[in-house]
Amino acid sequence: MSTMTPSAYRVTGRRRDTADTCTLELEPRNGALGAPAPGQFTMLYAWGVGEVPISVSGLDAGGRLVQTIRDVGSVTHKLCALDPGTTLGVRGPFGRGWPLDAFAGADVVVVAGGLGLAPLRLAVLALLARRERYGRLLLLYGARTPADLLYRDELARWAEDGLDVQITVDAADADWDGPVGVVGKLVARAGFDPRNAAALMCGPEVMMRFTAVALAERGVAPERTYVSLERSMKCGIGQCGHCQIGPTLVCLDGPVYSWAEISRWLSVREL
Amino acid sequence: MSECAPSGNVGVLSERPDPALVMPADGLDELVAALWRRGYTVIGPRIRDGAVVYDELATAADLPVGWGDEQEAGTYRLVRRDDDARFGYAVGPHSWKQFLQPPHVRLWRAQLNGDDVAMTEEEVPERPFAFFGVRSCDRHAIAIQDRVLLEGQFADTDYAARRNGAFVVAVDCADPAGTCFCVSMDTGPGADEDFDLALTELLDGQHRFLVRVGSERGAEIMSDVGSATATVDDLARRVQIVESAAQRMGRELDTTGLRELLQDSLEHPRWDEVAERCLTCGNCTMVCPTCFCTTVEDVTDLTGQEAERHRSWDTCFSLDHSYVHGGSIRAAGRSRYRQWLTHKLGTWWDQFGTSGCVGCGRCIAWCPVGIDITEEATALRSPDGDAADR
Amino acid sequence: MPQTVDTLVLEAPVFAGLDPAHAAQLAGCAQTTGWDDGEMLFREGDPSDAFYVVRHGRVALEVFVPGRGTLTVETIETGEVVGWSWLFPPYRWHFDGRAIGSVRAIAVDGACLRGKCDDDPALGYDLMRRFSQVMLERLQATRLRLADVYGAPR
Repeated sequence: MSTMTPSAYRVTGRRRDTADTCTLELEPRNGALGAPAPGQFTMLYAWGVGEVPISVSGLDAGGRLVQTIRDVGSVTHKLCALDPGTTLGVRGPFGRGWPLDAFAGADVVVVAGGLGLAPLRLAVLALLARRERYGRLLLLYGARTPADLLYRDELARWAEDGLDVQITVDAADADWDGPVGVVGKLVARAGFDPRNAAALMCGPEVMMRFTAVALAERGVAPERTYVSLERSMKCGIGQCGHCQIGPTLVCLDGPVYSWAEISRWLSVREL
Repeated sequence: MSECAPSGNVGVLSERPDPALVMPADGLDELVAALWRRGYTVIGPRIRDGAVVYDELATAADLPVGWGDEQEAGTYRLVRRDDDARFGYAVGPHSWKQFLQPPHVRLWRAQLNGDDVAMTEEEVPERPFAFFGVRSCDRHAIAIQDRVLLEGQFADTDYAARRNGAFVVAVDCADPAGTCFCVSMDTGPGADEDFDLALTELLDGQHRFLVRVGSERGAEIMSDVGSATATVDDLARRVQIVESAAQRMGRELDTTGLRELLQDSLEHPRWDEVAERCLTCGNCTMVCPTCFCTTVEDVTDLTGQEAERHRSWDTCFSLDHSYVHGGSIRAAGRSRYRQWLTHKLGTWWDQFGTSGCVGCGRCIAWCPVGIDITEEATALRSPDGDAADR
Repeated sequence: MPQTVDTLVLEAPVFAGLDPAHAAQLAGCAQTTGWDDGEMLFREGDPSDAFYVVRHGRVALEVFVPGRGTLTVETIETGEVVGWSWLFPPYRWHFDGRAIGSVRAIAVDGACLRGKCDDDPALGYDLMRRFSQVMLERLQATRLRLADVYGAPR
């Protein structure tokens, strides 16, 4: 079967996470696609409307996928309106994921901004599942307001499992007891050893650029700072040419990159 | 036989497994007919709408007999020759990519029956192509697209099906255009490799064609065409023709260190200068034989039960090309021209291990405002973007 | 007491490496203080005659927006300084400050410190440099939040 032909999946669950974000649970109808690694993405096809690249946020033994989608365009709007039982198409998984095996023995700082926690969730679960391989595990999570936080019910569970969870928001009402400020400030104060630490980041590109500076100021090596990027994708398989950033194709070489290899190109405006 | 210092891909003919052949000009008719008989759809050059285009050749009479071309920046004109040359032009606006990666193609159809989905992938026409009259630059362009679409992590199955079994009748270039610079890109003007047959048009004395055989099926098909063993003079004549063509390139491009230069020139003032002229019309990407960007459109019928996916040519000059929710990354025309040129001459190396440019000059001729890729690349070598060193 | 406050003052990152003589001068204007959860440290418009070095806890900087209610625009964390309005006339707080959880702090008298800076320019310059850096960081962070990077695309 051509790699441009979707496999049929069925929606088994849908929930609205925030005002503009939903999470779908999908199960294969005729055999599952290959198991996605943390950081990989699939192309989700809304019948007759179009396709978008969405990171995989969850996976279970039966090949069921969990994917969190921001409702911002015609395709994502359709996806977030799919009732359980309806059919959609899935291609993938594609891309290069988080290199978790490279961090054995290190402190791992996961930094998420807004929807950026979605591509990191599988990595968090993988880190917690093999807790003993790593040093300190931290999640520094920034969002616009408390209402924009994803996976809130899980954050407390992860904290119990040994993840140092720190959350900050851009602005909040008086109900919020936690920090209000940028996630970079959490980086400056978090408890980890930058000499033996790796960072995984995902969020708006501006947030990642500034947070990368904060990480570097703490002394985390850019070779051990990883980001997940997003670009226009029409194929996901390196043939449509849309996802280029300078010399790299995000669907093949990414979406995960080390800061050392990608920062040069991200600093060129409109590249 | 000929062992001149190679210039413009002359090659050393004495090493070929089959001896070179020579056939009269009429031999083209027999060759075209033989290809059709063997089940190929023969595509070749013909005149239409004031240009040499590639389309089906029913017979060799459809070739642009006696026509040549004059090309300059933003200019293309057919000119009448004073002979009956079959291949007396350089290249036209078409390249072979429109057959291998068609401008618009349906990828699949699907039907929804309640919960069930039936997907039908599009079948590709079974008749393989015979490309008749492939310039060396264009043969290199096909090889470049093969790398992009067949030799990456995933293969484009539609391209593979159309490419499979394609018969290549290459033709040496004798009269390059003012926009040609294949010598700079090491892609011509002589057809040197990866062909089934390669023709050289010999117009001195009797109008005949030198035929070099490059494959078994090339040798096989020549059994249907009247020919004789080429003489030493015929072979020497070919060398002269190719060398002469190599000396008459309309343009040149210094590719020394070009990839690194472009990497370091992303904020060069020249981009602002060219942006004042560039219309972002994308003509260059359409005529370029290696440009491969596509976009996908998903459609459905009114009932919503039947859906189709279509793929069509796209251009990095469109705003849609870099659109992510919120806006286009390359919003300014400056950024889109920069993307095209730095990809073609620079980052193509990083992505696919070769240059993306074959020096065919089409982008120069077919740019409505005459932007010249060789001039732009040269201008980037000087700090203030002065191209006067050409 | 000044001796103890000396040491406590030096714990705050903004005063790390402060010349002991300067620390002593600063301590001379300082005393420990604290608030319970929910207590207001200061209110918008109140005379601003002190700044606080938060030793433990979190202070929410709030603004009341009619129709929207109380908005937290920033939180000041352990080790950080809250209050700049004591530096410049009319010496009034611009935001509300509320204790999140119980807060222990060192309060530094603004008029006292202004006087000492007038008398000892070296002290004044040292403190201004340190405070400016903190303000710059806050400004940069605020500008970033102004960019509303998480906001819905237009």
